[in-house]
Amino acid sequence: MQETCNFSWSIGGQQGEGIESAGEIFSSALNRLGFFLYCHRHFSSRIKGGHTSYSIRLASRPVRTSSGRLDILIALDQESVDLARDMFTTNSIILADTKLALQPNADCGATVIPVPCSEIAEKCGSPFLKNLVMLGASAALFGISAGQVHPALDTVFSKKGEQILMQNKSALQAGIDFIENHSACPKREKFILIPPDTSPQLLMMGNEAIALGAIAAGARFMAAYPITPASDIMEYLIKKFPQLGGAVIQTEDEIAACTMAIGANYGGARAFTATSGPGFSLMAEAIGLSGMTETPLVVIDCQRGGPSTGLPTKQEQSDIVAAIFNTHGDTPKIVMCPGTAEEAFYDTFEAFNLAEEYQCPVILLSDLQLSLCKQTLPYPRLNDLAVRRGKLAGSELPALGPAEYFKRFAATVDGISPRTLPGTRNGIHLVTGLEHDAAGKPAEAPDIRRMQTDKRHRKLDTVIDRFPAPLYIQAAHPEADLLIVGVSATRGAIEEAVELLGKEGYKINHIHFRLLHPFPAKAFQAYVQSAQKTLVVEHNRTGQLLQLIRMHIADENRLTGLTKYDGEFFSVAEILSKCREVLA
Amino acid sequence: MSSAAEFRNSIKQNWCPGCGHYAVQNAIQQAVAAVGLQPEELAVISGIGCSGRISGYLYAYGFHATHGRALPLAQGLKMANRNLTVLACGGDGDGFAIGMGHTIHAIRRNMDITYIVMDNHVYGLTKGQTSPRSDIGFRTKTTPQGAVETPVAALETALATGAGFVAQGFSLNLKELTALIEQGIRHKGFSFINVFSPCVTFNPFNTYDWYKQHLTPLASLSDYRTDDRALAMQTVISHSGLVTGLVYRDNTKPDYQTAIELAPKPLAHSVEKASEECFAKLLEEFR
Repeated sequence: MQETCNFSWSIGGQQGEGIESAGEIFSSALNRLGFFLYCHRHFSSRIKGGHTSYSIRLASRPVRTSSGRLDILIALDQESVDLARDMFTTNSIILADTKLALQPNADCGATVIPVPCSEIAEKCGSPFLKNLVMLGASAALFGISAGQVHPALDTVFSKKGEQILMQNKSALQAGIDFIENHSACPKREKFILIPPDTSPQLLMMGNEAIALGAIAAGARFMAAYPITPASDIMEYLIKKFPQLGGAVIQTEDEIAACTMAIGANYGGARAFTATSGPGFSLMAEAIGLSGMTETPLVVIDCQRGGPSTGLPTKQEQSDIVAAIFNTHGDTPKIVMCPGTAEEAFYDTFEAFNLAEEYQCPVILLSDLQLSLCKQTLPYPRLNDLAVRRGKLAGSELPALGPAEYFKRFAATVDGISPRTLPGTRNGIHLVTGLEHDAAGKPAEAPDIRRMQTDKRHRKLDTVIDRFPAPLYIQAAHPEADLLIVGVSATRGAIEEAVELLGKEGYKINHIHFRLLHPFPAKAFQAYVQSAQKTLVVEHNRTGQLLQLIRMHIADENRLTGLTKYDGEFFSVAEILSKCREVLA
Repeated sequence: MSSAAEFRNSIKQNWCPGCGHYAVQNAIQQAVAAVGLQPEELAVISGIGCSGRISGYLYAYGFHATHGRALPLAQGLKMANRNLTVLACGGDGDGFAIGMGHTIHAIRRNMDITYIVMDNHVYGLTKGQTSPRSDIGFRTKTTPQGAVETPVAALETALATGAGFVAQGFSLNLKELTALIEQGIRHKGFSFINVFSPCVTFNPFNTYDWYKQHLTPLASLSDYRTDDRALAMQTVISHSGLVTGLVYRDNTKPDYQTAIELAPKPLAHSVEKASEECFAKLLEEFR
């Protein structure tokens, strides 16, 4: 597809200067205009104050990573300029608060337009409006009219009263006017925006897609403990669940959160928890309980830098091995890892189905970049989805004799036994984290142990075949020079690298895992074998995905790893550079 | 209505002869029968230890969870199906060591659950180690010189945390214990019931006789009232926690589900895909 536009816009300043709200308003306006967006809010672990920024990449086709280039920067502090120094081109424009006294054509190569945003804001009614003044100025550079931003403003400020809304609109207009009347206004054709011809789309972060997936799937209970970068999921659902008849409990810790979710699933609700690495470590105990007792459970792990408290606000994919193996004992489980917000929605929906069908813990891995960056996605097709509750036995159970138990853990061909919910007449049974017999009574005889362990693991035999899409496959070449492999948020950067290398004549295939456990080895191996080399891209130091692959398929020296663990997102350039090295 | 015997299964308990836990089980069976429950309407959630096995000896829905986690599991279950009568049972290790945080927060949350602590001041299943309820000087395998850590004050902790129902029973007084459990189940909110349930194998100090000598029935105190939290605290402290009976009850606190105005229909009975209409409304916020 011809790339008609692809720009990056950013606003940076101190927390409290309306950086986030300017970003939210502008991205919402651009979304309504039909652009494909990728938005990244940069924040530090500081509680208050400090530098913050909000970047938007807008394009006429889907983008799922930052571009590494900056076309328009709104600088409300010096740090904004310093941090973006390497991202400017000679076409770049810095709209700088005049207070910063930046030199025109400062050594970074960009053109500086000083804007007396504080004075203009004062005239509009409040010094706090300078973010809107700057937003207006940047909109004018893009040729976006005030009217095109107003719907977004209306949504954001409608609850705050007419006066505040009008002030914000006048600040926006004043910013636009400043650029229109600016004698040294750069040539507008630099930034011609041609909105793509798309049907209306949504803009959200992965965490919101996950929360919506849970709502769609009928989940109405969440137990969680706040943690970056997962808290948005519980915060969103705390707003929405009550009106949908559900509830969120903020528990005393992650052990309680995960165990409470198990209790609610045992009771027959669809319940889940969401956390990040430190909480996920605490949940290992409960995940084992879910596995042993065959109680459905969905756990979302939004990975961040680890180990321990690690890098709370930085990107990493270092819970890959933990997601599969952090529980003691042979624990049956399913581990999913969506690569886009759209997949996060569908995979979360499916996670609840799989948890009930397979009666085991389902871990859905996200990472900070997928969880927190906003991206464009089409409207989910709820019609295509169905709630599947598996072997849930209810009415018409045969009567039980005195003190007789329902055989909740009876051996079956597929390993999945009919499940009854507490309250069900003739469904009474025991559940225990101890090894147990068919009725759930503790039992440790070797034959029962073997039978029950085999049963719990036999269940997983059909997961790969029934899983909608274990691999995201972008493999145009029957014989490839290189296969690039990734998980979660690296999807966007890898896709762009593949495209650029393709233009240079290389034959590059791309696989992104959506199911990590059980590992879809057979399907995956074929792509490795049809490629000269395979590059596994991941955000950790120890090559966890690469090691996992090596557990399941013959390497034959085709596999190479590219790791990144500095907390920053992979750039397209970094992936390109490694690919060239491997291809050479 | 079911009889107490209908809440007993056919599994032989693995408790030692003379263990106080037999009486707790007996009292539970009588109490739930007196309340008028059917076995399928009762769920017993237990932790780990000798006490934890109790969910496997009653004929009802039983979930023998992880050590210290009976309360989180019980609360999750109650959230899913508020029609069920949920009992959580565990030992003093469950409730005051590994699960202490859950105990305090479950009390604060005030779900309509009855929590029975089978308190024997010692770890029995692991064969005789100190417990957070062991008296100072108590010698065990892990405190050969005698315990030096201050025992957790069970009743005072429950009172201080805001429990709306606090009681203490003794395995030798089955009638009182049964009545306390029945009242606990009938109480709309979290009921905390600590039970002195002697371990005849690993605790030669806190014996049946020792308790008989040291326990004071609150009913024997003139002027004692169960609706006065300060009096309850004062009385418990002045008796070093060695009292039995209903310590405190506050019927005015709404239970958790009432406080959050959760719909009466159990969540477990409303699992379905979101409606197109409601979902479309949610999506509009992401335009």
